[in-house]
Amino acid sequence: MSLRHNTLARASVVAAALLALTACGDDADGATDETTSAAAGSEDGADEESEGGMALAGDIAIDGSSTVTPLTEPAAELFMQENPDVRIAVGTSGTGGGFEKFCAGETDISMASRQIDEEEIAACEEAGITFEELGVANDGLAVVVNPENDWATCLTVDELNAAWRDGSTVQSWSDINPEFPDEAIALYGPGTDSGTFDYFTDAINGEEGNIRQDYNDIGEDDNAAVTGVSGEVGAMAFIPLSFVLEAGDQVKAIEVENEAGECVAPTNETVQAGDYNPLGRELFIYPKGESIADKPEVKAFAEFYVNNSDEIAEAAGFIALTEEQKAEALEQIATLGGGR
Amino acid sequence: MNGANRVAVAGARRTTELRLDGSGRGGRWKGEVFRALLIFCLVIAFVTLLAVIVQASVRGMPRIDLNLITQMPSTLDRETSGMQSAIFGTIYVMVGLIVTVVPIGVSAAIFLEEFADGTKWWVRFIELNVQNLAAVPSIVFGILGLAFIVRGPLDLGTVAYAGSLTLALLVLPTVILASREAIRAVPTSLRQASLGLGATKWQTIWHHVLPSAVPGIVTGTILALSRAIGETAPLLLVGATVFVTYNPDGFFEGAYTVLPVQIFQWAVRPQEEFRILAAAGIILLLAVLLVMNSIAIWIRNKYTRDA
Repeated sequence: MSLRHNTLARASVVAAALLALTACGDDADGATDETTSAAAGSEDGADEESEGGMALAGDIAIDGSSTVTPLTEPAAELFMQENPDVRIAVGTSGTGGGFEKFCAGETDISMASRQIDEEEIAACEEAGITFEELGVANDGLAVVVNPENDWATCLTVDELNAAWRDGSTVQSWSDINPEFPDEAIALYGPGTDSGTFDYFTDAINGEEGNIRQDYNDIGEDDNAAVTGVSGEVGAMAFIPLSFVLEAGDQVKAIEVENEAGECVAPTNETVQAGDYNPLGRELFIYPKGESIADKPEVKAFAEFYVNNSDEIAEAAGFIALTEEQKAEALEQIATLGGGR
Repeated sequence: MNGANRVAVAGARRTTELRLDGSGRGGRWKGEVFRALLIFCLVIAFVTLLAVIVQASVRGMPRIDLNLITQMPSTLDRETSGMQSAIFGTIYVMVGLIVTVVPIGVSAAIFLEEFADGTKWWVRFIELNVQNLAAVPSIVFGILGLAFIVRGPLDLGTVAYAGSLTLALLVLPTVILASREAIRAVPTSLRQASLGLGATKWQTIWHHVLPSAVPGIVTGTILALSRAIGETAPLLLVGATVFVTYNPDGFFEGAYTVLPVQIFQWAVRPQEEFRILAAAGIILLLAVLLVMNSIAIWIRNKYTRDA
């Protein structure tokens, strides 16, 4: 056994041990660093507010719904292009997981594809976390049929469920409703990876992913659904509302009976107004009151998100906010920031 | 190993071969069948690996370019989006993991092999636990990491080192078990010679047992790291975010993401560009893994040669 061998062995073990020690040392340092930088950050914030016009800087932690993530990512990117010193990290823990972290005080903003529920409100209150609900975009699905289909004008959720649910034996339109003709039904829908699929199956079949096995999976190409439906009299498909508007006369969007029992046609306006349910919804972010008040970058980002709704929603394939929705959201940000 | 040992091993190997090839009992065909079976198993393993690599390469080829490693992830410019933050995140998490798991794992192995009294109930209890821990699903360690490392007693927050620590718990049993095997394989004669010349127990371990065991320890570490680098589930729980456009500030500061999390996130996006990026990311992950293992193998060979 050579001397070199021993020295090398010893050196490597010592090095490993030293690294481990440094790592532990860093721990304590890291903790203090963090507090100092946090303190410095809030001072900076105060300076910026008093002087105005100074560049924003700081970290923003966002987490929550995977439906809202494709919307928040372009929002964050556009915001960081204008404010290069602000750093935004977006996580995707789901709406519930996002609120869990939010109410533990770990994130500045939580993303949600539904409104916060009672339990989550209680958890936040207990932790002393204040928040406000901001609508950031509208999401709508349309059920489309062939333009020659003159019988289906308004369908109920139950009728849609009968045709689409897992295990459904519906083969012709008359199986859905005896008043409809005996025309063979062909179903088209996007693949399981799309938010459209999750939303439709949840809203119509009561559970994400619940759908009959023999529908025509058109993958992620929503235009394929338009092509399929326009070529077959008995066809039916669900696609994002934005595609219906682009498809023009090739397909006919049918009305869906909402919770109030009215037949509502899918349009940007009915979705924005909340009349087109359950296939139209608003997507939300929940900023933390403390962050809005103490971190000017969070407040600026929330305002940016709302003000640039048109550009952001288009990039992500959603429907932008109306002017009233924007005004309402901006007012909520102001309340949240001034309330402390 | 010294010359005498080598001769002894070679002799033993020849005797075993003579006994086991079965030619004396007319059972040579059994040996042939067994050999064919082993080769078949090997082929399955290789074909699977090859299929993954070829599939990912073909699909990801358009995006295996410099942008992939120099650019930050982007939703707006998907054509030139890259994985720089994920590469750095993975490096931070892995370095943190190595400096944590190797000293702890090797120390535990030394204790269990050289000092612990195997007849004591608590030593057997520890051994049993180490073996059982190796079979615990990774998501459980993720939950543990969230409760005790990110929050709770350690309260590190969602930083790269929290990910390192969580993965360290996950692969610690692998490192301990492999190191124990390596230490056990060091011939007793070596220890006896050292002790006989008046060395203390610690000197014997430090100067003779450990250096001889390095190749085995490094092999165990390679296996552990290879498992850790591909983990997604526990890291999602301990705060690896899916969209970060900056590298970690350090082990204890700043948000981070890692390659498998980024790949997972892109693979389930509807846009074609993201799916191609995910495939390219798989190739990148394999490349990082290969580089890491090459370094470890280099260290191992260095020691095997010197011995």
